[in-house]
Amino acid sequence: MILLWGSNARETHPIFFHHLLKGVRNGAEFYVVDPRHTSSASWANLWLGLDVGSDISLANAVGREIIAAGLANQEFIRHATSGFEAYKKHVEKYTLERAERETGVPAEAIRRMAQAYARAPRAQICWTLGITEHHNAVDNVVALINLALLTGHVGRYGSGVNPLRGQNNVQGGGDMGAIPDRLTGFQHVENDSLRAKFEKAWGVKIQPKRGWHLSDMFEAMDHGHLTTLYVLGENPADSEADRHQALKRLGGLEFLLVQDLFYTKTAELADVVLPAAAGAFESEGTVTSSERRVQRVRRTVPPPAGVRDDLEIIFDLARRLGHDWGTPDPEAIWNELRALSPMHGGMSYRRLEEMDGIQWPCYDESHPGEMFLHGRLWSEPLIGPRAPFSMVEFEPPVDQLDEQYPIRLTTGRRLDDYNTGVQTREYSSPLRRKEALDVSPEDGQQYKLREGETVRVTSRRGSLMAPVRFDPGLRPGLAFLSVHAHDQVATNELTIDAVDPKSGTSEFKATAIRIEKV
Amino acid sequence: MLDAPQPTIPLPRGPVPHAPPQPGRRSIELKIDGKSVSVAEGSTILDAAKKLGIDTPTLCFLESLTPVNVCRVCVVELEGSRTLVPACSRKVEPNMSIKTDSERVRLSRRLVLEFLASSVDLSTAPEMQEYIERYAANPERFGPAAATVAQPVKIDNDLYVRDYSKCVLCYKCVEACGVDAQNTFAIAVAGRGFSAHIATEFDAPLPDSACVYCGNCIGVCPTGALMFKSEYDMRRAGTWDERRQTQTDTICPYCGVGCDLTVHQQDGQIVRVTSPLDHSVTHGNLCIKGRFGWQFVQIQPAGKQEE
Repeated sequence: MILLWGSNARETHPIFFHHLLKGVRNGAEFYVVDPRHTSSASWANLWLGLDVGSDISLANAVGREIIAAGLANQEFIRHATSGFEAYKKHVEKYTLERAERETGVPAEAIRRMAQAYARAPRAQICWTLGITEHHNAVDNVVALINLALLTGHVGRYGSGVNPLRGQNNVQGGGDMGAIPDRLTGFQHVENDSLRAKFEKAWGVKIQPKRGWHLSDMFEAMDHGHLTTLYVLGENPADSEADRHQALKRLGGLEFLLVQDLFYTKTAELADVVLPAAAGAFESEGTVTSSERRVQRVRRTVPPPAGVRDDLEIIFDLARRLGHDWGTPDPEAIWNELRALSPMHGGMSYRRLEEMDGIQWPCYDESHPGEMFLHGRLWSEPLIGPRAPFSMVEFEPPVDQLDEQYPIRLTTGRRLDDYNTGVQTREYSSPLRRKEALDVSPEDGQQYKLREGETVRVTSRRGSLMAPVRFDPGLRPGLAFLSVHAHDQVATNELTIDAVDPKSGTSEFKATAIRIEKV
Repeated sequence: MLDAPQPTIPLPRGPVPHAPPQPGRRSIELKIDGKSVSVAEGSTILDAAKKLGIDTPTLCFLESLTPVNVCRVCVVELEGSRTLVPACSRKVEPNMSIKTDSERVRLSRRLVLEFLASSVDLSTAPEMQEYIERYAANPERFGPAAATVAQPVKIDNDLYVRDYSKCVLCYKCVEACGVDAQNTFAIAVAGRGFSAHIATEFDAPLPDSACVYCGNCIGVCPTGALMFKSEYDMRRAGTWDERRQTQTDTICPYCGVGCDLTVHQQDGQIVRVTSPLDHSVTHGNLCIKGRFGWQFVQIQPAGKQEE
């Protein structure tokens, strides 16, 4: 049983979806939870079209139904989890009737999905930004993890919880320590002995406190606590949720350095722009995919004249700052990392090449890597800590609907484009259409709109003009914009930067708008 | 999420979990060209021949696709069988006795190659040229009046062209577009007999069809009937030169699935992108961004380096 929740993988992770369809063809049941009836949902046994941001209500009701039907895996719960009784009590109030009211999904559909998930011999939940681009992103995630703990669908072949990563190395970035509280290999920066290991290897003192995540940094700009920014391969002027605020903050910096392949909107604001080589095509190194597979990227073509590899730029910067690191050698850097990060220990370049990549953890050169995580939860006796249930409550999106702003706008990606579009606009996609506000045919009728007609779209933060397109996959009251075409439709004029305090993610998925004829 | 410092790495090493063991498969013994060979139950005659180092020509067969048995170029002689059997799909049975190079087999393969080569432009199918030589096929023997499938090249988008003068109707593109990989079903075989051809619904141009431009059909096409526009243009200009090309594997720069891209470059420019059939992530398949979204690497920006 495959449960795709808040993801249109058919378009955003097409080759993953090939694997998913193999499962479907082999008889797997397939359920999709998404406000839109997407091209992924077209393949589902059942589509649950919930209201944007009501995921926790739905997940808690699914949990309640599993318990009420006597389908919870009591043996696994006793063996490997903690907090079940509290969870059971907590979800008691999330009846099917309440969930139907809060999510818009018929009670019978929720019951069917709960039973299918709990009864399946193997089941996995896969999600993408539909779960995480909310003000309560982490709560959404743990609400889904609860379901896996309840049924034992975790740590076993064919089962699990599976966030589909949206970028070729967003997993690797975190693994390498590009998160506020971890050093490489998820080793906590506030742990003295772990920090000491790195300090010894690098011969420098490391700040003993966790740093800021992206949203913290942008907030710190308001208070003058952050005055210098070095941006590598990111385009926050187009990608931050509240465009006006982002431009104001970036504009107020004392010094902005941008290192990128493209002269992006952010680069236009910079004091210095360093042209960088394309990581996947013009440099040597590794990236880590959604399935924790570390794979080699290689220089396939030389970078254009005047453009340098990220490593060379960083080494040169270090030299100017008084640290001579010598000549950059990607494999030597990787081996240094392997010595410091136990979960990468066994991943020599030679093995990565021979084995088509290795899935971490891989502790030594005899370790094949691991196909899935959390197998320890099934070991006798249990290895490591118990996995806790979490009590989370439904909270509607911050940007609430009212008479002034009656339409729910959600955002996402289309098959042939990528994020802010700077990489994909250079190839001529026959699928690409002029960006438009997708609305339901019913709303089109109610507002007396013609397809292609330009309308004014207004949120509590900004306003823009966009042509209208009818999408029968949208329910009345729901509209959709992609984030790709800022030159045509700057979606982040409208979206809200209500931020999840735990992850720093903004609520891109839920904006209140009104649509006006012009 | 950002809780207390952890004394150790967060993933205690448990037993390494892997796929549950497959039920054991019996070993089957058979004879090919007088030599004994044993292979696992469920293998094909083609697998067994390969194990003996016998090179069997194939056209419509690909490891990653379900056999469709249309080209008949892989046929072999099976003792006790009235007709020749396709090696690519016929499963081995105990004590089979097979001839892969008998006069009957050679004649049959020669005829198939002569029919195809007399009616189809095989100029971008080097493997087929080798088979033609190996079996001494003489496509010219039908004379200049022999019917052909010659027709204008279909160029209706900037990513790939369809030259059905080169199509041998192996069905691989249909299968890759269908259940074997992409599940888009933009193309199928339309028409009967000599008029059979690969078509979108109602023969519509690609931009009006269900095509999503994954290019997985190009990836499996054995004759160059389906070709990157970049390659087509270079061939037309006379600049396509595979001796000057190298192939390097890297990982796709887009989503987090981790697809392996084999980048073909000539003179420092990317000219084509494929993916290895045996890669566990892609099985040779890519999406529109992975296969075609590399233009950004080689577009020279129009100015603005400094304000």
